[in-house]
Amino acid sequence: MDFEPKILALCCHYCAYAAADLAGSMRAQYPPNVRVLRLPCTGKVDTEYIMKAFEAGVDGVIVAGCLEGGCHFQEGNLRAKKRVGLVRDLMDEIGLEKDRLEMFNLSSAMGQTFADIVVTMTDRIKKLGPNPLRREAAKVLEGISR
Amino acid sequence: MIVAHRKNIQDLKSLLAQHKRILVLGCGTCVTVCLAGGEREVGMISSALRIAYKLDEQEHDILELTIERQCENEFMEQIIENVQNVDAVLSLACGAGVQAMAERFPNTPVYAGLDTKFIGILQEQGIWTEKCAACGKCVLGEYGAVCPITRCSKSLLNGPCGGARDGKCEVSPDTDCGWQLIYDRLKAIGQLDRILEPAPMHDWSKSHEGGCRKIVREDQRIVVK
Ligand code: SF4
Ligand code: SF4
Repeated sequence: MDFEPKILALCCHYCAYAAADLAGSMRAQYPPNVRVLRLPCTGKVDTEYIMKAFEAGVDGVIVAGCLEGGCHFQEGNLRAKKRVGLVRDLMDEIGLEKDRLEMFNLSSAMGQTFADIVVTMTDRIKKLGPNPLRREAAKVLEGISR
Repeated sequence: MIVAHRKNIQDLKSLLAQHKRILVLGCGTCVTVCLAGGEREVGMISSALRIAYKLDEQEHDILELTIERQCENEFMEQIIENVQNVDAVLSLACGAGVQAMAERFPNTPVYAGLDTKFIGILQEQGIWTEKCAACGKCVLGEYGAVCPITRCSKSLLNGPCGGARDGKCEVSPDTDCGWQLIYDRLKAIGQLDRILEPAPMHDWSKSHEGGCRKIVREDQRIVVK
């Protein structure tokens, strides 16, 4: 059976989320592998969110924020960019392919770009194969005591 | 505050390999403020360890918890049961917190998850700098509140050494010359005369050179002799 990746998209409310909406109204085609999670700003993306997502078995994570200079909260997307860099380094350190995670920048008017991003990431993750942790996914949250 | 930095995950992974149930324990004080061992870092390091072990197809239970301070018994008391239920603790406190945990739980292996670096401050967002080496006999008053022991790379009490260039230390161009700072500061507060006379030798017997230090204050003790 073909591998169908599960990709989490952490989308800023002011750009990527609206762009995803627009992609829908434009009838732009993109693979159904993505699960969109709306955040008030990519500045809300904590490094822990991304780590926990991989731990829970997602195959790829997209962080999608406003164009640089266009953040509704001035620099949330620039902070997210650094955090994504940090997690990519950490992934390298522990031996999980860092290309499973990438940050993209777009505006709310870029519906087609959103669709293209999903296509790009889906293709990339298909090549990388499933998250090696996936089979363990069900057990993950049990271990957290707080 | 005490400033620390996390250890490499692969090193921690091998250090802890023999233990099946591991409690990653954060500290809510200094190391939370320097973003090395607080609740958030506990989450990050725990996730990283879980993923790293699973990639090796190893089974380990990694539990997460953070207490207010690991260097005080009062807070350690709150987690007796949690500690009893694990094979080992990976402490994300400073070296003092790690050792306090080990003393409080004599039968549980306790490991340091951080490298404790120095007593310092948040110089600017994302940059921490060392300010005090806990020498035991503070001489800040004589040097305009710029510590010659910590800030001068050679810990000179009678500086400068002569190697400084453009206000930078000859040890590294990234490091300010401590003696330039002392001079500028004393000048600004009109106390340059303080460094006119040579300073006596520092009393290193009060530092760690004199062995592990202890302060006893009978007025504070509860145990009646
Ligand atoms: S254990 Fe260390 S880091 Fe935590 S409060 Fe005590 S001194 Fe600070
Ligand atoms: S003189 Fe000693 S106690 Fe005072 S700041 Fe310097 S190292 Fe710390």
